[in-house]
Amino acid sequence: MRAVVTVVGKDKTGIIAKVSAFLAERGINILDISQTIMDEYFTMIMMVDLRGATEGLAEIAKECREMGEKIGMSIHIQHEDIFNAMHSV
Amino acid sequence: MFNYKDVLETIDMVEREHLDIRTVTMGISLLPCIRATAQETARCVYDTVCAKAEKIVQVTGELSDEYGIPIVNKRVSVTPVSLICAAFPAKAGLVGKALDDAARNLGIDFLGGYSALVHKGMADYERTFIESIPGVLASTERLCSSVNVGSSKSGINMDAVRLMGDIIKQTAEATAANDGFGCAKLVVFCNAVEDNPFMAGAFHGVGESGTVINVGVSGPGVVQHAIEAIPEADLSELAEMIKRTAFKITRAGQLIAREAAKRLGAEFGIVDLSLAPTPARGDSVAQILEEMGLECVGTHGTTACLAMLNDAVKKGGVMASSRVGGLSGAFIPVSEDIGMIESAEKGVLCVDKLEAMTAVCSVGLDMIAVPGDTPADTLSAIIADEAAIGMINNKTTAVRIIPAPGKGVGDCVNFGGLLGRAPIMPVHKQSASKFVARGGLIPAPIHSNKN
Repeated sequence: MRAVVTVVGKDKTGIIAKVSAFLAERGINILDISQTIMDEYFTMIMMVDLRGATEGLAEIAKECREMGEKIGMSIHIQHEDIFNAMHSV
Repeated sequence: MFNYKDVLETIDMVEREHLDIRTVTMGISLLPCIRATAQETARCVYDTVCAKAEKIVQVTGELSDEYGIPIVNKRVSVTPVSLICAAFPAKAGLVGKALDDAARNLGIDFLGGYSALVHKGMADYERTFIESIPGVLASTERLCSSVNVGSSKSGINMDAVRLMGDIIKQTAEATAANDGFGCAKLVVFCNAVEDNPFMAGAFHGVGESGTVINVGVSGPGVVQHAIEAIPEADLSELAEMIKRTAFKITRAGQLIAREAAKRLGAEFGIVDLSLAPTPARGDSVAQILEEMGLECVGTHGTTACLAMLNDAVKKGGVMASSRVGGLSGAFIPVSEDIGMIESAEKGVLCVDKLEAMTAVCSVGLDMIAVPGDTPADTLSAIIADEAAIGMINNKTTAVRIIPAPGKGVGDCVNFGGLLGRAPIMPVHKQSASKFVARGGLIPAPIHSNKN
């Protein structure tokens, strides 16, 4: 199963490091990563593979939100199907 | 890999524009629960509902987390209870209580289906059942009731319409301590649909299979935002934009519906794309209409704007889902929409204008509070008007009206939460009692004879 991680917030040092460490701790493999600054906001989108994940997606999603609150960023992880469904015919 | 725009658009829709799955509703057939006595039937109804919907709250919570879309309500609809209780209609309240207990046990806020279908005729057992509605709604918390009094195929059963005027009055009086709150759980339909996931009018039709998942999607805020982005667009461009937005929203609903059905061991029923407002600002159908160019919803032009909105929403939705059903369109419940509330308070939006609006949108007069001294005949006449619009236009119409006990024009009733608050709206003082007292059946229109 693949999921999409989005990280949006004010740019600062170490965001990618923190997020990738979080994912690695849970056995989540990063497949693709792209990052940019949009309107002064740091915006990162990652495609990740959850096959080796140590927890379920629902649990990971909750922890992602909590980590986001801790470092002052908006962090989401969502099943890739939601984007496939909404943005392709 | 997805492009930034698409991914961030979805996040924005949820975080800022109130996109949500409004309801995941499990339809459960109660026909196998019929037993020799009311007590045995009630016990079987309770066990069946609790067993089939046992995981609904847990599964929808997981889906919400995994897909990152809030699922606001989890609900259950059941076979019209009048059918289950036909052999012992005087004891239908026992089944009503069992359903209410089941809803509480499951942790869901509403359960629909304390219903009767009397659009052509009303058997004695159905009359007895309908007469039990006020008492049952007053003594239960989460049970919702609906009665279908007409259809395009059969005409309008005016005996039932007359009875429902009385039933609404009695329900208001039985729940007078809460401003007639019982009436917020009672809907009178013409052309009721069997797969509607939205409360209070949901029931599980007899043509449905055993256990079905129907999903209602909403997102007035998303549509409003999309229109805001193109302030100079003409109306064809606007309709296109609404269609595209409705498509995206419905696709999210379709995904959740399929997955929920799979995990709950039920069949996937339908997706109902309805722009269902909540009292939150930015989650309002009225504000969409105002964004189209009206100074205040309810003024001249409102019906045209709503007609376009409703049609564009349907077109986008139909393309997006393999099975569209329910009501699918725009809802205009007065107390649940901040724009409607404000317009009614200003005296711009009146019952007559709302009636015209119901001819072009997906429902009827919804969550309207009227003076407590409104006679039952007048309520029946309002129901008859709405049913006539539904019958002639081959669409569902409904009346959910609250004659708030002891309140008059200028007062307000507040039900809190998603049901919101409603200013008391004036109704015409002139009587329709002779018309209502005639009874009988308004014959089906000529264009219903298609065989």
